[in-house]
Amino acid sequence: MADKVSNRDIFFNPFSKDNPVIVQVLGICSCLAVTAKLEPALVMGISVIAVLAFSNVIISLIRNTIPTNIRIIVQLVVVAALVIIVNQLLLAYAYDVSKQLSVFIGLIITNCILMGRLEAFAMGNKPWPAFLDGVGNGIGYTVILVIVGFFRELLGSGSLLGYKVIPQSWYDAGYADNGLMILPPMALLVVACIIWVHRSYNKELQEK
Amino acid sequence: MKALKKLLDKARPSFEPGGKLHAFRSVFDGFDTFLFTPGETSRSGVHIHDSMDSKRTMIIVIVALLPCLLFGMYNTGYQNWLACGETTFPFWSLMLYGFLAVLPRIVVAYVVGLGIEFVVAQWRREEIQEGFLVTGMLIPMICPIETPLWMIAVATAISVIFVKEVFGGTGYNIFNVALVTRAVLFFGYPAKMSGDSVFVSLNSIFGLGGNAPDGFTGATPLGQIATSGATSQAELANSLTNLAHETLSTWDLFLGLIPGSFGETSTLCILIGAALLLATGIASWRIILSVFAGGAVMALIANTFATPTYPASFLSVADQLCLGGFAFAAVFMAPDPVTSCRTNTGKYIYGFLVGAVAIIIRTYNNGYPEGAMLAVLLMNAMAPLIDYCVVEANVRRRMKRLPRTSADEK
Repeated sequence: MADKVSNRDIFFNPFSKDNPVIVQVLGICSCLAVTAKLEPALVMGISVIAVLAFSNVIISLIRNTIPTNIRIIVQLVVVAALVIIVNQLLLAYAYDVSKQLSVFIGLIITNCILMGRLEAFAMGNKPWPAFLDGVGNGIGYTVILVIVGFFRELLGSGSLLGYKVIPQSWYDAGYADNGLMILPPMALLVVACIIWVHRSYNKELQEK
Repeated sequence: MKALKKLLDKARPSFEPGGKLHAFRSVFDGFDTFLFTPGETSRSGVHIHDSMDSKRTMIIVIVALLPCLLFGMYNTGYQNWLACGETTFPFWSLMLYGFLAVLPRIVVAYVVGLGIEFVVAQWRREEIQEGFLVTGMLIPMICPIETPLWMIAVATAISVIFVKEVFGGTGYNIFNVALVTRAVLFFGYPAKMSGDSVFVSLNSIFGLGGNAPDGFTGATPLGQIATSGATSQAELANSLTNLAHETLSTWDLFLGLIPGSFGETSTLCILIGAALLLATGIASWRIILSVFAGGAVMALIANTFATPTYPASFLSVADQLCLGGFAFAAVFMAPDPVTSCRTNTGKYIYGFLVGAVAIIIRTYNNGYPEGAMLAVLLMNAMAPLIDYCVVEANVRRRMKRLPRTSADEK
C-alpha cells in the first residue's frame, strides 16, 4: 500500500473505485445468501461494518507483536471473538432478523473481505487509517448488499423492509411477483448488472 | 415480389452513410436480406457463397414448425370447446379461436425479442442476426396458452439479453434462448406455468368459444399422473383422461388432442416437422435419434422397476415418449446447432443424456411433472465439456498410434 494515500481516499475509495464486491469480487457468497429481503441485507451489512472496523483496529494495534507465521490464527481469533459478540447482540435485540440470517452472521468469519483487509491493510497501517479502511470497505459492501436486496425484495416479494409497496390493485390487474428473484441465482444476475453499469461509467476498470 | 424489390432499392440510399435514415440501417439491412438473397459476391479469394445462408435455414425451421403451430391452434379451440361441454366441433371456428388465442403471444414474443435484437445490432454497429426468427416462434409454442402476455414479454427480454446478447448475440449463446424464456417463466411465475388451470384456454375470444364453468380444472396428462397416486399400470392407464373424462389411449397421446403447452401436444405433427428438418439436413439425425433412444432406455428401466412412490414410472415406453414436451424438445430444442455438441460422438452422448435426464426428472421428481426443458438446459451446459472430452480422447488415441521419436522424449 503506497503511503501517500490520504485518509480521505482510504475511506472513500472502497465505495466505488475499489469496491470489495463489484471490483474485487469478494464476499459474493454472503451477497447471494442474505439479500432475498432488504432487512437482513441491511443488518448483515451493519454487522460486517462493525466486525471489520474493530478487527482492523485491534489487528492494527497489535500488528507489531504478532509473529508472522501465526498471524492468520491471531486474525481469526480476533474476528471470531467479534463475530460472537455481534451474534449475541443480534440474538438479544433483533431475534427475528438473526433467525433469518441464521449461520451467515457466524460465517462473517470466513468472509473474504475481512481476511483481505486484515492482511492487506491492518497488518501494515496505524489504527486510525485501519479503522477508516474497515468502515469504508464495510460500507462499500453494505451498499451493494442493499442495492441487491432492494431489487430482489421489490421484484420478488413486492415489498420493501417488509412493507407492501406494490399496490393490491396491480395484483388484481394481473401483476405477479417474480419467484425467480427470491432464488439465489438472481442475486448473481443483479450483481452482474451492477458491475455492468459500474464498469460502463468507470471505463478505466474495464478489462481488456 | 418485383415491386417490393424496387421499393427496397429505391429506399436504400437513405439508409446508407449520410442518408436521412442511417440510424435504422441495420433494420433495413435485416429486412432486405430476409426477403432477398444478398446480391453481393466476394471480389477475391475462393469463397463459395451458398444460397443456404442462416436466414434460409431459419425459414425452413419455421416451415417445419408449421404443422405443430396449426395443430396447436386447432387443439386450443378443441380444448376450449371440450371445457365448455360442447359436443360438436366446427373445424374453422376451432382454428380461428386458436389463432386468436395464440396470435398476441407470437406478436409479443417477436416484438420484444426482435426489438432488443434491433437495438443491440444498431448499438454495436452490426448486422441484425436472424436467430430470433425461430426463437420467437418457439416461445409461444412451449408456453401454456393462458400465460399472461406481459410475463412472456418480461421473460423474453431477460432471456434474450442475459443468455444471448451478453454472450455476443446469435451463435454465441450457451443456452437455448427459447427454453431459458420458459425456465424464467417456470421459476419466476410458477403459479402461471404449472398446475391444472393454465393449459386450457378458458374464456371466449371475440364471441368465439365459450367461458368454462368457474373452478374448471384441466390438468395435462403428466399433471394427472403426478397426482394420481396410481399403484399399477392398469390403474394409471385409467386415470389418464381428457377434459370430457374419457380415457386416453397411447394413440390419443400420439395424435395430441390433449391439454398441454401450445405447440407440443401432437407427436405426429412434431414428427412431420422432424422429417422436413432431416430431409433438408438442418437438424442432426444423430441428436434426434439418440434423444429418443435415451428416453426409451430410461423409460424402460423406470417401467421395469416401477414403484407406487413414483406414479409416472408405470407409463409404458411409448407413452413416455409421446407425453409432454419430450418429442418437441427432441426435435426442435436438443439439435439446436449453437447449444448442442459439435463432434459426432459428442452428439450421441449429448442426445442420449438429454433423453435419459428428461425421463429421470419426469419420473423421479414428483415436483416437476415434466423434465424435458430442464434436461435440455442441463445438457446445453454440459455440451462444451462433452466436446472437450471427445476431442481429447481422440488426440490421446492418435498420440498412442504415433511412433515414439526422439523429439518427443525431450
